[in-house]
Amino acid sequence: MTEKLRVSSVYIVMAIICVIVMFPLLLAVILPLQASDELAGTLSPLIKFNGDYSKIDYIAQYPTLDNFKELLLYTPDFYRVFWNSFLITGSILLFQTLAAIPAAWAFARFKFKGRKLLFDIYIIFMLIPFQVTMLSQYLVIDCMKLMNTRLAVILPAIFSTFPVFLIYRGFADIPRDVADSARIDGANEWQVLRYIGLPLGRSGILACVVLSFLDLWNMVEQPLTFLKNKRLYPLSLYLPMLGADSGAILLSAAIVTLIPAVFVFVIGQEELEQGIIASALKE
Amino acid sequence: MTNKVFSKRKLGYLPFLLPSLAGVLIFTFLPFADSLRRSFCTAVTGDFVGVNNYKAVFSNEAFRLAVKNTAKFVGICLPLLISVSFLAAYALSRLKYIRLIKSVLLFPLAVPTAALVLVWQILFSDTGYINNILTSHGHSAVSFLGSSASFRVLVGSYIWKNLGYTVLLWLTGIMSVSTAVIDAAKVDGANDRQILFRIILPELKPTLYTITIISFLNSFKVFREAYLVAGAYPDRHIYLLQHLFNNWFVNMDLDKMAAAAVIVFAVILGAIVLLRKAWDKEEQL
Repeated sequence: MTEKLRVSSVYIVMAIICVIVMFPLLLAVILPLQASDELAGTLSPLIKFNGDYSKIDYIAQYPTLDNFKELLLYTPDFYRVFWNSFLITGSILLFQTLAAIPAAWAFARFKFKGRKLLFDIYIIFMLIPFQVTMLSQYLVIDCMKLMNTRLAVILPAIFSTFPVFLIYRGFADIPRDVADSARIDGANEWQVLRYIGLPLGRSGILACVVLSFLDLWNMVEQPLTFLKNKRLYPLSLYLPMLGADSGAILLSAAIVTLIPAVFVFVIGQEELEQGIIASALKE
Repeated sequence: MTNKVFSKRKLGYLPFLLPSLAGVLIFTFLPFADSLRRSFCTAVTGDFVGVNNYKAVFSNEAFRLAVKNTAKFVGICLPLLISVSFLAAYALSRLKYIRLIKSVLLFPLAVPTAALVLVWQILFSDTGYINNILTSHGHSAVSFLGSSASFRVLVGSYIWKNLGYTVLLWLTGIMSVSTAVIDAAKVDGANDRQILFRIILPELKPTLYTITIISFLNSFKVFREAYLVAGAYPDRHIYLLQHLFNNWFVNMDLDKMAAAAVIVFAVILGAIVLLRKAWDKEEQL
């Protein structure tokens, strides 16, 4: 009986924690569904400072999709920014995976001189925060005359070392004999990668894509540093620029920004968890 | 057999590694080496000035403030996150239905910072919702973003974002402790507390090592919340190294940036090496 009581009290505590964690997201979902005069009670105290405090109506009086209509029909800017985000995230994801898969294969399958040292360097640069390499990356990009272009954000990110590390974890688990036997049957190393590495390392690659997507969709530091032209900004910088004055638009744009991330989170949760666990394993 | 395959193509790895390696060299490694050199030179003329840049950085008031805040932030957040997440994971490890709880805790990781900027402002502004609740209950309003309270808000947002990640890692570690050993201890009459302290915790040292490193590195990402909600010059209690780098960059203080980047790099590298050494030593015992 006491055991039962203890278990249910743990469930209750966990439920409370979950409610707290989800609370800001709940607000993000319910607020954009409110009509502008109702929303004014929440937003105008942030702008006008007339002694009022922000109120929140948890149940909208007249739930409406007007804010989304306004965003999607009368805010052409939003499409451009969404396209920026999509282009930046998509091209980084594609090319970093293409560069990382063979590199991870080289680290997992070959024994060469300096392999250990080189891999350590990869790990260290994976762990270094952006601010430390910010200046050096800027100098290269400036030298290539790429400042203030999307490529300035895309190129350095393609060669992030994190994907190499994560995909390597997947490849390292493939038994040697399996790959070697394919070599003996006459396959060259690229074919071994294609027909054995890719299928068996699939979960590592997917994990990397999911984790990278979530991070890239939320990219702040790099575009802030390398893009001066606000027309090139991705969603992660454009939304905060709107400010509370255009709160209704901001809130509905936030939901549209959330949708791809939630979608990837839901379909990729298994891979995401594996990726987190794999990224934590010691080399 | 293996040897034969390898010796045949000694340089066989190169085409696989080259695209990535070239990119890393061009965009990260070589430029970083270059900024190491620059940290000893003036920004404009490139004359060698010895450790002058370092002296300038260390005597810079903003740098000291940023180092102090960043160190304080890391010093409070790491132990807090690690212990809270362990308690949560330990509790979860004894429950049956944890899938949904895990998903909920992990979810903030997927939420772009920008999507919640306005929600944070609604909650924490001087005229925001939390102050509405506080004042209507007779308390006085708190300036959550403009006083020392901002530091606690930032710590809270860090825990909110990273709790799921860390709980998941702890949970994997706890689940991997052999149930046979635990059952044997139970048969010998060990109680829950003894099992936790004598069996489970000692087994989790590798997990602790990785959680510490990952939490440390994620602690730099709170800049996103701090910058997007409170701007380039937030309250002085949450002015972090990341703000400083960003502002030096905007003002093109490149020589100071180079020196500060080298200092931060050295500190982080030192911390990683020390942690690894401490951990390897434990391993041998």
